[in-house]
Amino acid sequence: MSFVTGLQCRECGQEYPQEPLHVCELCFGPLEIQYDYAAIRKTITRERIAPRERNLWRYRELLPINGEPRVGLYSGCTPLVRAERLGEALGVKELYVKDDSVNHPSFSYKDRVVSVAIAKAIEFGFDTVSCASTGNLANSVAAHAAKAGLNCYVFIPDGLEQGKIIGSAIYGPKTVAVKGNYDDVNRLCSEIGDKYGWAFVNVNLRPYYSEGAKTHGFEVAEQLGWKLPKHIVVASAGGTILPKLAKGFKELVKVGLVDDTGCKIYSAQASGCAPIIHALHKGTDLVSPVKPNTIASSIAIGNPADGYYVIQAVKESGGWGESVTDEEILAGIKLLARTEGIFTEPAGGTEVAVAKKLIKSGRIPRDESIVISITGNGYKTLEAVAKSVDKPYTIDAALQSFDELFRALAPAASVRAATG
Amino acid sequence: MSVRVRVPTPLRKFTQGADEVNAQGNNVKSIFDDLEKSYPGIKERICDETGKVRRFVNVYVNGDDIRFLQNMDTALKEGDNISIVPAIAGGR
Repeated sequence: MSFVTGLQCRECGQEYPQEPLHVCELCFGPLEIQYDYAAIRKTITRERIAPRERNLWRYRELLPINGEPRVGLYSGCTPLVRAERLGEALGVKELYVKDDSVNHPSFSYKDRVVSVAIAKAIEFGFDTVSCASTGNLANSVAAHAAKAGLNCYVFIPDGLEQGKIIGSAIYGPKTVAVKGNYDDVNRLCSEIGDKYGWAFVNVNLRPYYSEGAKTHGFEVAEQLGWKLPKHIVVASAGGTILPKLAKGFKELVKVGLVDDTGCKIYSAQASGCAPIIHALHKGTDLVSPVKPNTIASSIAIGNPADGYYVIQAVKESGGWGESVTDEEILAGIKLLARTEGIFTEPAGGTEVAVAKKLIKSGRIPRDESIVISITGNGYKTLEAVAKSVDKPYTIDAALQSFDELFRALAPAASVRAATG
Repeated sequence: MSVRVRVPTPLRKFTQGADEVNAQGNNVKSIFDDLEKSYPGIKERICDETGKVRRFVNVYVNGDDIRFLQNMDTALKEGDNISIVPAIAGGR
C-alpha cells in the first residue's frame, strides 16, 4: 500500500497528481512527493522494519511506489563502517563511513535513486529509460534497465574516465557522449525528454528518483540503533542527496522512528567546481553557475539544479560547507584507503578532505558522532589516482632479487629477519 | 532581428502547443517582451516581478547559459536559438 497523496510544488504549493512531472507549470518550482505521515506513523515501527529484506525497500512506507517492488531488490543496505583508524587520523572520537561504494549493482549511491525511478518508470508504462549523467548514474540506469528489460539511452559528457564509460556500455544501452560538460548534457536532456517522451530518471521522474536518496539516511539512522548522527558530511553536485537526507531525517522524527536529537549536515565540493559553497560562504542563496575544472568529474556540475535547497538544508540544520583542492581530494582518497581499506572515487576523496577541514577548523567538534557519506567507488576512476600511487617493483623470479629489494625497502627489518 | 525560441512543456499552453516559436528583438529582454505581445501571460512565468529570470528557469542562447553572457542584455543576431529550460533537472 502506498501512502503517497500526490505531488506538490515546493515553491507555490500547487498540487499535482502522481504523474511523470517534475516542475510546476505555474512557477517552474520543483515538485515534491507528499505522504500521509499520520497514517504512516500509525503503521511503521522499528520492530516491523527489523525482519524485512536487506534492501532499500525496507523503508517503503516512506518511498513513492505502488505495489510490490520488482527492481532494486539488492540495492541499499550498504555498510556503516566504524572508522576507528580514520577517526584517529582526524582526531575525532566517533566516526563512521557510510559506504555506498559497494552499493548493488553499480557501486555508487545512485543505485538507490535509480531503483525508485525505474520502479516508477515501469508503473507509468514507459518502455525506454534514460538519464543525463557524469557516469555513476548512467552505470546504474544501464544496469537496472538491463535487469528490468527496458530500452536505455544514457547521455554523458565526452572525456569521462574509461571505467565510467565501459561501466555503462557493458549493459548494452545506447551511450551518447555529448561534446561539452555535464551542464551541456543536462540542458540537452531536458529538451530531449520533452520531445521524445522517455522516462528520464533525473528529469521527468526526478521527484520520485530523488526520494530514493533518503534511504541513505534512513539506513544510517537504523544502523546507529535508530539514532541520528550529530554530524554528516556529503558531497554536493546537482544537490539531490543533501536536502533529501535532511527530509529523510525529519520524516523519521515525524513518524516516530527516532528522537529529534538534531543532525548538522555539511556540503562538500571540489574547489574547481564549488558554486554552492561560494554562495554559502557569501551568505546568499543565489547560486551562480561556474565552469567546472576538477578531477572530481562525478561531482563536476557547475549549474546545480538543487543548489538553492542544499543551502537551505545546510543552514536549517546548523551545518556548513567547504571546498577542497584536487590535491586535497587525492590525499583524501589515499587517507580513506590507507586507514579504512575503502577505495573511493574523487567525490569520496572530497568528502573525506572536507570532513578533515571542518574538523580542523572546529566547525565539527571532535567528541560527537560524525558520518562521512562515501557515494562512489574508486575502481571506476583509476586515472584520477594512477599518478599518485607507487608503481610496482619489478624483480626477477629469484629469491636473491627479492632479498635485495627487501633490504632496499626496509633496512632495519631486514636485519631483524636475518638475525631472528 | 528574428530568433527561434524553444518553448518547454509548461509554457506551451501559451503557444497553442508549439514547441518552437519565432520572436523579434535585439537582446534577450526584448525577446521576452515580444513573446509577451504574441502570447500574453508568458513573460511573468519566465521572469519575476523585478524582471529577472526566475530562480528555477535557465535561459540559453545557442546553448550558452545567459548568466555566462550578459544576462538579459545578451545581444542577439538573426537566426540565434534561444532555449528556455526548467532548472530543476539533473543528478550526476
